[in-house]
Amino acid sequence: MNLALSDEQVLLREAARGALSRFKTLEEAREALDSGGSPTDLWPTAKEAGWPGLLIDEAHGGAGLDAFDAMLVLGECGRVLAAVALLGHLPATAILNDSPAAASLLGDLASGERRAAYLPARPPDDLSESWSVDPASGMERGALPTAAGAGDDAKVSGRIAFAPDSPGADVLVGMALVDGQPTGFAVEAAATGVSIESVRRYDATRALGHVTLQDAPVTLLDAPERSLADAWHLTQALIAAESLGAVESALDVSVAYAKDRYTFGRAIGSYQAVKHSLTEVLRQLENGRSLLYYAGWSRRGAPEEFPLAANAARSVAGRALDTAARTMISVHGGIGATWEHDAPLYFRRAQLTRRLLGGTELASDRVAGELIAKA
Amino acid sequence: MEAIDWSVNQGGDVDLDDTPEQAAYRAQARAWLEQHKSEAPVLTGPGALKDEDEIVAARRAWQGKLAEGGLAGVTWPQEYGGQGKGPIDQVICNQEIARAGVPGILDAIGVGMLGPTIIAHGAEEQKARYLGPMLHGDEVWCQLFSEPAAGSDLAAVQTRARQQEDGSWRLSGQKVWTTNAQFASYGLLLARTDPDVPKHKGMTMFIVPMDAPGVTVRGLRQISGEAEFNEVFFDDLSLDADAVVGGVGNGWGTALTTLMFERVTIGLGGEGLGYNSNRFAAAIAADAHARRDPEVRRQLGELAAELMAVRFTGYRTLTALQQGQIPGPEAGLAKVTIVNGAIKAGDLIADVVGPDALSTDSEWAYMISFLPGLKSAGGTEEILRNMIGERVLGLPSEPRLDKGIPFSELRAKEAAKA
Repeated sequence: MNLALSDEQVLLREAARGALSRFKTLEEAREALDSGGSPTDLWPTAKEAGWPGLLIDEAHGGAGLDAFDAMLVLGECGRVLAAVALLGHLPATAILNDSPAAASLLGDLASGERRAAYLPARPPDDLSESWSVDPASGMERGALPTAAGAGDDAKVSGRIAFAPDSPGADVLVGMALVDGQPTGFAVEAAATGVSIESVRRYDATRALGHVTLQDAPVTLLDAPERSLADAWHLTQALIAAESLGAVESALDVSVAYAKDRYTFGRAIGSYQAVKHSLTEVLRQLENGRSLLYYAGWSRRGAPEEFPLAANAARSVAGRALDTAARTMISVHGGIGATWEHDAPLYFRRAQLTRRLLGGTELASDRVAGELIAKA
Repeated sequence: MEAIDWSVNQGGDVDLDDTPEQAAYRAQARAWLEQHKSEAPVLTGPGALKDEDEIVAARRAWQGKLAEGGLAGVTWPQEYGGQGKGPIDQVICNQEIARAGVPGILDAIGVGMLGPTIIAHGAEEQKARYLGPMLHGDEVWCQLFSEPAAGSDLAAVQTRARQQEDGSWRLSGQKVWTTNAQFASYGLLLARTDPDVPKHKGMTMFIVPMDAPGVTVRGLRQISGEAEFNEVFFDDLSLDADAVVGGVGNGWGTALTTLMFERVTIGLGGEGLGYNSNRFAAAIAADAHARRDPEVRRQLGELAAELMAVRFTGYRTLTALQQGQIPGPEAGLAKVTIVNGAIKAGDLIADVVGPDALSTDSEWAYMISFLPGLKSAGGTEEILRNMIGERVLGLPSEPRLDKGIPFSELRAKEAAKA
């Protein structure tokens, strides 16, 4: 048994931290909110570091690594609220990597010459046999796109809301019902019938798009349904890792302030009320870290447990980010709620993330469903 | 930036599989249990033992067999009858015992915490005299640390030992929350030996025979109505000079060793209390409506995810131990998660089941009754959060009014206010 990082993983994480430290990501996040523009595109940095090929086999030009390594990189992105389009790209490449029919796409995606985005679809659970997609609004989940025609003539129609990193992507990877069968597809973003409406909600570091497909010509994929489900759960694990990275830095900043700031003649961190709220963030962070190990190990080590592990990680990490962001504001007092401070940026990240990709609540629901189904 | 050489990494080293040595030990433990499990005492179901004296006798005998089979004292050095193995082997042993459906050792406190303290601080004569019978269950031990006015602030113990002219000691006072005291042969006791120095300095650790004149054990009933713990009273008990463990005045350092092993024990046996997500999910799944109810599912999913995390926090602790690191106070956070997760689970299940969950023979009634007290076991939750905030996050400590002041002066101040 070993639940520690390997030397290579430590190196990977430190290299990511170093690469991202060259950018003023937090400042840019605030400026982008002010200007309506976007933070610096960090895809060139991702390319240089080899992140686009993390989950693509070496035979296809990738690094052939696994979820845990990808989670380490996402954690570093989360620490500095960096806008790197990996949340959309990595699950898409994981599907394509399991699709011999799409092998020709992999080289450019592994090098980062081209960028993919995943069109998220939630697999069936113990209560529903249907796949579903995130709706643009409300609680009713949307239906999968549908395909007409067969083979090279297949055309897909449908709508997926809030697809991460879809604006600016070269290839979209999603799934559709083909004769009632959930089937993966890849479609060129520039193809006729594809429209991607870029949307921004509350957090300028998160590039989202409403994707509409109208008889769009697709390449049908031969990835097994299991790989398609895996992509959803992988996304939950990645968003968990990214969230915990943000929790780490929010906690660091809050603790540093609690040591420096004095009231009534003593550092505020010496008061139990403040100390306990910070240890609560640490408790949730540590729980989340432990579940990242579970998720990272199980994707290959015990794949039947991966849905449980990945969604448990999302459930805990999502709530940890909520707690960390609110605690960051309250520990800083009034200044923590002002535009000049970084705390609102973490708060905005927490608020939006909580509602993306099924939301934290559906991850918790999946945990319950997986356990109930086994009981 | 220099490019990373991806070829070095074979996908990371994180894994939960046994090494070949661990697999061999697991096979050995499994084979022994297969051969001997029919000799284990039956504690639940048909044919279960009912009489407490019989249960204790049977479990002591079973502990002796486990020790002979190499399934007790796994991490103890071989010279004291142990296996000289690592903490992960201890977990493997626990897993195999659970898998075989037989009870583990009776004296987990002695073998897990007190024995290792004696191994670390005891005299050679003490090790030779006490460790063998402890390991084999011939003599059960109890931990005599907490007092009515010294729990989280353990260094406030008032049980007083006075040295006599011939070097022997006279001891009086009261201990509380003492598991197994009603059938223990010995206890490891923290006493005040010098009240005129600051409180952490004037303490000494003793080995106390529980059948000596002057020792009274009384059951302490809790919310469930059952007595799982004891109060122990000492009335002018006489102890020989060689009852001291780790030197006169060194009691605090010796106690810290015990507490460190206590954290290790928690880290190794996080789910040993039965507070695990599968058990709770099964209770919800049994109700056709609840298993579909979104609010019930959300609550179950949240608490189950946290309880699952504790299992992997335990594995992280083990990895650190295996690499020679000592687990820090952050392991205490796992206890906070377990207790509060189980409290939420008890409430959720009882909300689903209704008043029947609170009937006398309900496993949930028992759990619900047990947990409020468990919140304070091993240090209150509030004190744990202070400790972790200070030692792990490095936050400044609360101003203290007891630093550097002789214990006797502190007591005089408290008495004056009262």
